Amino acid sequence: MPDETASVQTATAPPSKAMKAVISCDALQALIAALAADYLVLGPTVRDGAIVYEEISDLSQLPAGWKDKQDAGKYRLERREDDAIFGFAVGPHSWKRFLHPPVETLWTGRRDNDGFSIAPAAGEPRKFAFIGVRSCELHAIAIQDKVFIGSPYADVGYRARRQDAFIVAVNCAEAGGTCFCASMETGPEAKNGFDLVLTELLGEARHDFLVDVGSDAGAALLGRLPHRSASDADVAAKAAIIAQTRARMGRALETDGIKELLQSSPNHQRWDDVAARCLTCGNCTMVCPTCFCTTVEDHSDLTGNTAERVRKWDSCFTLDFSYIHGGSVRETGSSRYRQWITHKLANWIDQFGTSGCVGCGRCITWCPLGIDITEEAAAIRANPMTAAGGQHEGT
Amino acid sequence: MSEAKRPRLAVWKFASCDGCQLSLLDCEDELLTLARTVEIANFPEASSAITEGPYDLSLVEGSITTAHDAGRIIKVREQSRHLVTIGACATAGGIQALRNFADVNDFISAVYASPQYISTLATSTPISAHVAVDYELRGCPINKDQLIEVISAFIAGRKPAVAAHSVCVECKRRGTVCVMVQGTPCLGPVTHAGCGAICPAYRRGCYGCYGPMETPNLASLAQQWRALGENPREIRRALQTFNAATEPFRKESEAHAD
Repeated sequence: MPDETASVQTATAPPSKAMKAVISCDALQALIAALAADYLVLGPTVRDGAIVYEEISDLSQLPAGWKDKQDAGKYRLERREDDAIFGFAVGPHSWKRFLHPPVETLWTGRRDNDGFSIAPAAGEPRKFAFIGVRSCELHAIAIQDKVFIGSPYADVGYRARRQDAFIVAVNCAEAGGTCFCASMETGPEAKNGFDLVLTELLGEARHDFLVDVGSDAGAALLGRLPHRSASDADVAAKAAIIAQTRARMGRALETDGIKELLQSSPNHQRWDDVAARCLTCGNCTMVCPTCFCTTVEDHSDLTGNTAERVRKWDSCFTLDFSYIHGGSVRETGSSRYRQWITHKLANWIDQFGTSGCVGCGRCITWCPLGIDITEEAAAIRANPMTAAGGQHEGT
Repeated sequence: MSEAKRPRLAVWKFASCDGCQLSLLDCEDELLTLARTVEIANFPEASSAITEGPYDLSLVEGSITTAHDAGRIIKVREQSRHLVTIGACATAGGIQALRNFADVNDFISAVYASPQYISTLATSTPISAHVAVDYELRGCPINKDQLIEVISAFIAGRKPAVAAHSVCVECKRRGTVCVMVQGTPCLGPVTHAGCGAICPAYRRGCYGCYGPMETPNLASLAQQWRALGENPREIRRALQTFNAATEPFRKESEAHAD
């Protein structure tokens, strides 16, 4: 953590990782412009009644004055009473769609005189700059880092995109109706994993941003922007915003002993209850910022002279996902939901050392039925499997 | 590939609108390659030059609605090494399977000035109800990229890469914001992927043109439609379109009376 005493540095000192600065909305525009010289700048913007992540080039494209009202299976945009630029929680997109794209051609093979040749996917990926990454999303990126580049068998495409990414985080001033990062200890305060982090300070006479620096690259960029040192009052305002957001979480998830709870409940009757509602549509896994599963399709063209291997986001809710010779291992909806939530909240800890859930609430909001991971986990906890209860006939 | 070894392709029409055959003619970028790779031996919609069977691959459009067609499809099967049905009519009975829910004579007398000339069956049934089918490609109409994929796969002797999961997966891959979570009833969660999730990308609910996905939970979706304010008649009508005769859509549609 930056040293609190650094906040009294003079503005003339070169920015360092310990510095806390304050920038104006104009400086935020300058930040976007500066990044655009070297990066594809991506940030939140309003499209189709939602706040999504797309290419931006101007401050005016950010969702100033909008907030999102979220509940299980429900999402609506509403006007705010102020002009807050980051006055919303998280929308249907996550940064996963840029670092781990939904469809990616891995290689192309061509028949030639010597047999065949293989070419990697065409084109160098552009460097991404992300504006407005939330604490839960920083944790989600860190989790996907473990999955894709945390072993000797790194995903080269992900590694290249990730290494080059510049991250401007934002501390949440609003907690969404389905947010529960406080339970997962993944927010609301962004503590690391960013180059810069903004806290939007909005009052009757002010609209500016407290900036904490997370990397040398972040310090260098801040140095190119008009800024002043943060005052003690600015720092206190940031702490108050984070405390307020923490107190307003829309949901909570009890994590004590959850690994053992779920791992000891493979035949819980709740799985049939949720399966009666579950559409096995896969939306929860698609919107989850940590779900990383893919399928690989091999295509040959009409002539049989060219083939390509394409990787696509997949879901543990499809039959193909668990298809092995003779059929799918998880035929029923109950077995598929059980697989997803048990992996996410329990087996992930064995596999990667952390929970697979960052408490962003997307799976709750974007389930067309509003199935709620916190409610399902609580139902299992309320009626733990014993020799006498909680059993069903199996799947 | 030598001329003698080119696979022989036939395209057949039964009760249908011809839209799926046109999807093949719409493959403008691939058509010349296709014509070089296979011998288009029998495709009356495209050419009057028809040569006799047998054929390596028959694409069959349309459903069986007459006794004559019920006999004709058996002859098509006999001449075809592989038979692939294309489109909702051939795989599910099509929109004309609405007759299965009523008395076909009522339709005939309401539609035709001289109903005595009409000779038709009481039902519209998919090709698979009559002969063995090697592969069913869904859609109303089919997606031309998927059609090329299926033809390429049969030429190569491999499995077509055609997913049977929900339309939602396609929506999410293309970054479309879910219309159902924003309050618009949508059949996407129970509908077979393949179209590329076109309708939700234009802010409309999915119409279910590709029929039921692999494990559709119609009862749960219908309950959510009720919660969004749709009445039983609207739910029934939404399910009784191009794929009305598929078992999941038929069963759920009949559970919603006026």
